[in-house]
Amino acid sequence: MIRFEPRSNPGPLLVYGVPVLAATIAILLAAIPLALAGAPIIEAYGLMISGAFGSVFSTSEMLTRATPLILTGLAAAIAFRAKLWNIGAEGQLYMGAMAAVAVGSGVIDGPSWVMIPVVIIAGMAAGALMLIGPTLLKTRLGVDEVVTTLLLNFIVLLFVQMMLEGALKDPMSMGWPQSEPVIDSAAFPALLERMRVHIGLIIALVSAVALAIFVKRTIWGFEIRAVGENAAAAKFSGISVTKTMILVAALSGGLAGLAGVSEVAGTRGYLATDLSPGYGYAGIVVAMLARLSPIGVIASALFVASVFVGADSMSRAIGVSSYLADLIVAMALLCVLIGGFLTRFKVHFDRKSVHG
Amino acid sequence: MSSAAHTPSETSQDLLLSLAGVTKRFGSLVANDAIDLTVHKGEIVALLGENGAGKTTLMNILFGHYVADEGTVTVAGRDGNLEQLEPGAPQAALDAGIGMVHQHFTLAENLTGLDNIVLGTEPIFRLRRDRSSARAKLGELMAGSGLNVDLDQPVYKLTVGEKQRVEILKALYRNARLLVLDEPTAVLTPQEADSLFAILRKLAATGLAVIIIAHKLAEVLAVSHRIAVLRGGAKVGELKTSDANHKSIAELMVGREVPASRRTPRAPGKPVITLADVTIDRGDSRRSLHGVNVTAREGEILGIAGVSGNGQAALAQLIAGLDKPDSGTVEIFGEKVTKFDAHTFAQNGIARIPEDRHHDGMVGSMTVAENIAIEDVRSAEYQKLGFLDFEAIRKRAEHAIADYDVRCPGPDAPARLLSGGNIQKLILARVLEKSPKLILANQPSRGLDVGAQSEVHRRLLEARESGAAIILISEDLDELLTISDQIAVIHAGHITPAMPTDSIDRSELGLMMAGQKAAPHAPDGTTTTKPGETA
Repeated sequence: MIRFEPRSNPGPLLVYGVPVLAATIAILLAAIPLALAGAPIIEAYGLMISGAFGSVFSTSEMLTRATPLILTGLAAAIAFRAKLWNIGAEGQLYMGAMAAVAVGSGVIDGPSWVMIPVVIIAGMAAGALMLIGPTLLKTRLGVDEVVTTLLLNFIVLLFVQMMLEGALKDPMSMGWPQSEPVIDSAAFPALLERMRVHIGLIIALVSAVALAIFVKRTIWGFEIRAVGENAAAAKFSGISVTKTMILVAALSGGLAGLAGVSEVAGTRGYLATDLSPGYGYAGIVVAMLARLSPIGVIASALFVASVFVGADSMSRAIGVSSYLADLIVAMALLCVLIGGFLTRFKVHFDRKSVHG
Repeated sequence: MSSAAHTPSETSQDLLLSLAGVTKRFGSLVANDAIDLTVHKGEIVALLGENGAGKTTLMNILFGHYVADEGTVTVAGRDGNLEQLEPGAPQAALDAGIGMVHQHFTLAENLTGLDNIVLGTEPIFRLRRDRSSARAKLGELMAGSGLNVDLDQPVYKLTVGEKQRVEILKALYRNARLLVLDEPTAVLTPQEADSLFAILRKLAATGLAVIIIAHKLAEVLAVSHRIAVLRGGAKVGELKTSDANHKSIAELMVGREVPASRRTPRAPGKPVITLADVTIDRGDSRRSLHGVNVTAREGEILGIAGVSGNGQAALAQLIAGLDKPDSGTVEIFGEKVTKFDAHTFAQNGIARIPEDRHHDGMVGSMTVAENIAIEDVRSAEYQKLGFLDFEAIRKRAEHAIADYDVRCPGPDAPARLLSGGNIQKLILARVLEKSPKLILANQPSRGLDVGAQSEVHRRLLEARESGAAIILISEDLDELLTISDQIAVIHAGHITPAMPTDSIDRSELGLMMAGQKAAPHAPDGTTTTKPGETA
């Protein structure tokens, strides 16, 4: 018989070591599907590593991929901290991108130091509003936010499609459903010449640090933690659960919207319906891998991005499916969840069985 | 109160259960340390101990939920031969005739009493149910013991006391020879408790052995034949009930002398809070009040007596600022309250001690210091421009930990590591430090051990001395009669006028808690009954 005994206070080694161990195990486990696909395993690992870190270019690509993942990861982390189950980061990302394009593709113009904050604020506001709606429905009427935020993703994507065929359509796109490009003064400058990595990365890193400080050291962060850990006690002590939830919604939606801004203004330059390959959903995985720690999100986003970029490049080189990357990320998540369980509980294997 | 008079014979043939040297360790914690316990036929043994003394662990070993690290459990077979009970096998315990009545009943509410009792004893694959034999057997059991209850009523229609009878019948129907009752009187009125004791004595006279797990000393003295006291996992004493008294057992349980709580006469001041004709209708009696009038004065403890689930929750929610009245007014210091909001209430000098201290009183993953400051983080003292002043928060916590003797690894330890008594001290430190004008104490000592209980009482009496008005909602009559100045009874959402404690007769209070009398006393305190006996 197996018994589980709760651990009263897991030490720091357990708390920080388990996610790292889980990620390592997941990468090692990738050898199984690689072998099944008939690929040379050692060579495949080598190609994966060089695909993500082998050159300035590949590292830049990895960081470009990590940028939106950090932001959507933070969006999920702060929401889940407060037990607001925001599954709608994908939709909030697109709304943020659309708002950025709406104000940043020539309607107004100015110097960069004006235009960049303008697109950022517009995008964050749009993302925030996308989550405040479902949150009000949750706190007022008890509507399950998992359902509303998830379904809103599809509505937003169709709405974006509609706008790209109509109001936002670029007349110069020769019929492609895409928006007018973001003007130069609103575009995020690149960090390295001829590389794609842009200041969105710096913004994401600063956001992570700022969020960590916000949660740990401010009264609003205090209230978010209290509401997330025990809403009844928070309410009893006089903290307004509704106000706190709306604040969380604004932060979470805003960060997801910022991811969208960063993608249109930094990486892509224009809005199209394939702007995000599911960054909103991947953000949930990133946040879970990071155990909802804002600083941890940076590490886990870098991990997920390198697996994606590395596996992409490896699969092109030796001809196995790039779905392998999804597989590794999924396994890492499973390993972390199991690891999280093992940090909270001690497992005893009793040799003596019980008669049934 | 008189102790049980007769003592059963204690010859070795009558030995039914014997625990010998039972030891159970959880890591470094010794939950049970070489405990010996015997129970004879027809004997009622009370198992006493503070929380964490090891009572539950011991019973879990008896029922096969845990395996003891050392020691044996021996049960006399039906033929009288002692046999060792197979460790870790709940079915073996049931087969040996050990029955358990849990504090929280395990009945299916939508089925009748009879259904609940025979549930699991009938073969599944049979088209027709024949229950005449079950009825006959239950009829016999009821006649012999006085466990009368209408078995054809669905369980949800039964009172708590009746549900408990169904539970006991369920165990007896399964031929229990040893009945274990876990805190059986926690949910009963004094009358119901008395009738339970009468039943238990009758059952014992027919040869049933009973173990009662309890912490109310008066009850233990009233019903048991023998008392075993556990402390810190070890059995620290065992004595015949006839040789025991209240003080000696309390000291055995706590391991030191327990100061008796005593209130000194004091003239009450002006009204602090007045509820006038307050109605809150939430559709269910637990959360509703009907035209309630309550006044609490400075320097006075107003006790609200009642069986749980009679509207105490609604009253507490209202005074805690978590709910507002549908009609009627609430005045605090003569001013009508218009904003019912927990934050405002807490900041305006109302100390609120929640009923469920784990659920409403603390955030387990946050630190002790954060939990102490939780009501006040928005005040200028603990923040600058929205950033928490951890230095100030920590300083207050260190102060509180020392003053209120909160046993914890330190101010930065997560609050969930604290025991129930220490969580309550933490809450007291949080709310009493601010010299409140009004204190809502909702079941402040429930589930606490004797030592922590007396600490809570001392703090409340101190606050009373310094002029606070205290509303004490409690189900524990001893507590109410010991520390309150006035007592009002709540039943089905109605509250009687407050009566001076000294004029109250205990059994009359019990009747009022059961809703049998409205308001027997004139509110001015002229009394027709003899002074109540307090424990």
